[in-house]
Amino acid sequence: MEQNSQLIYLDNAATTKVNPKVVEAMLPYFTERFGNPSSVYGFAAANKEDITKARESIAKVLGAKTEEIYFTAGGSESDNWALKATAEAYESKGKHIITTKIEHHAILHTCEYLESRGYEVTYLDVDEGGLVKMDELRAAIRPDTILISVMFANNEIGTMEPIAEIGKLAKERGILFHTDAVQAFGHVPINVDEMGIDMLSASGHKLNGPKGIGFLYIRKGVKIRSFVHGGGQERKRRAGTENVPGIIGIGAAAKLCAETMNERSAREKELRDHLIERVMAEIPYVRLNGHREKRLPNNANFSFQFVEGESVLIKLDMAGICASSGSACTSGSLDPSHVLLAIGLPHEIAHGSLRLTLGDDTTMEQIDYVVDTLKKIIADLRSMSPLYEDFVKKGSEVVKAD
Amino acid sequence: MYSEKVMDHFQNPRNVGEIDGASGVGTVGNAKCGDIMRIYLDIDDDRIIRDVKFKTFGCGAAVATSSMATEMVKGKSVNEALKVTNKAVMEALDGLPPVKVHCSLLAEEAIHAALWDYAEKNDLKIEGLSKPKSDISEGEEEEEY
Repeated sequence: MEQNSQLIYLDNAATTKVNPKVVEAMLPYFTERFGNPSSVYGFAAANKEDITKARESIAKVLGAKTEEIYFTAGGSESDNWALKATAEAYESKGKHIITTKIEHHAILHTCEYLESRGYEVTYLDVDEGGLVKMDELRAAIRPDTILISVMFANNEIGTMEPIAEIGKLAKERGILFHTDAVQAFGHVPINVDEMGIDMLSASGHKLNGPKGIGFLYIRKGVKIRSFVHGGGQERKRRAGTENVPGIIGIGAAAKLCAETMNERSAREKELRDHLIERVMAEIPYVRLNGHREKRLPNNANFSFQFVEGESVLIKLDMAGICASSGSACTSGSLDPSHVLLAIGLPHEIAHGSLRLTLGDDTTMEQIDYVVDTLKKIIADLRSMSPLYEDFVKKGSEVVKAD
Repeated sequence: MYSEKVMDHFQNPRNVGEIDGASGVGTVGNAKCGDIMRIYLDIDDDRIIRDVKFKTFGCGAAVATSSMATEMVKGKSVNEALKVTNKAVMEALDGLPPVKVHCSLLAEEAIHAALWDYAEKNDLKIEGLSKPKSDISEGEEEEEY
């Protein structure tokens, strides 16, 4: 495993490297333009304008109005805010929320919290590709449904949900629609009006921006209470002195991502498809998780039968490759990823999952090295797997490996 | 996350393989939790473990504890092997993260299961050995996709 010295980072769904141009934009706000935007004197007050410019950049990417963007500390805060504050504000209309079984924990655990406070939550199943079934969503709507929250794209399997269809349905039925777009924002085109989105969560560090900054888009007219009480920042809806370098950073990152989106996603798709094609052709007993077409340009997720994900990750790490898995061993619990179980994978197949998420600096050479390395690793682990031994001995049995 | 010893036994596992006509074979764990261990023992007439092999489906800790456990019972008598506890295996590996302690339990159980199989095949009674709970070598239903 020769390329040890050079790190191959294929975990961009976990976090991304900050673009040097973004760092450059942020730097003055640490030591020179450090002033509190709420202060009166010119050098600090100018920061307020720069924050507005960052807000504008983000609004433009979404087709939203500048004042509809509220900065937060990240995707999880945005998700918490959207759900909890909507639940509270629309309590008099009803206490029913619809979401899916494959949401991020920031949504699922917030829903569990709301359930403990007397709200009812419907968790929709998804099909084997990870897609929400529109007829089931339609059937789940009740007179007291106040909110539908469906993620734009899944963080594990990359499946992109039918957001525009859901938005249309929500609008027809007079229900608010929130989407967790943490994995999608800056990576695929989003238009809040065309897609009927009322609220949208995003995070800076998934688009080559900094960590600790995100935003919640809230459509004008949606009444939702403030989440952090205190000063008058963020139109009095989210108090706290602004994270100025972070805001400048996410603004710059969003702008850069929007400018390069078409070219970048075409490149990522080409690399991703090459990765998927080679893995499916050259490694036996493997399946691709997530929808083949309706998926993020940079996401590939496989399950290798008879092996366990964490062992694969450690061996990849030893070869200089960073990846992630939905195996229980990587989550610290005994259950594998809820997403992989929700698309119908048996436990032992879910334990053998591997997620590779490409970035804007991933090369074809790296992809080929990863596949070559992976072939050896899977063969090696299978040679010591009792499940594989049983499978080979019972050679007559047919195992479907699509 | 893992000690150097764990990494060493994961990277270079000792005694991987199968034994044809083994004196005893034990398989424990379940695929649902993500760990399955199978241990093969070759035991001579003096009840000494002449050879031991393993196969494991599981995380780094599962592979490392299997490897270490096989090293610790090799050349030992059946009664000595019975005394190799999960604690001893963990200590020999310079510890495991708390969420991985169950892997070391599995290694102990796998050895016990293989010894139980040996005792049953030879109609023997081994003092202090009871039928392992998690032995799944018989009648396990197959899950396929």
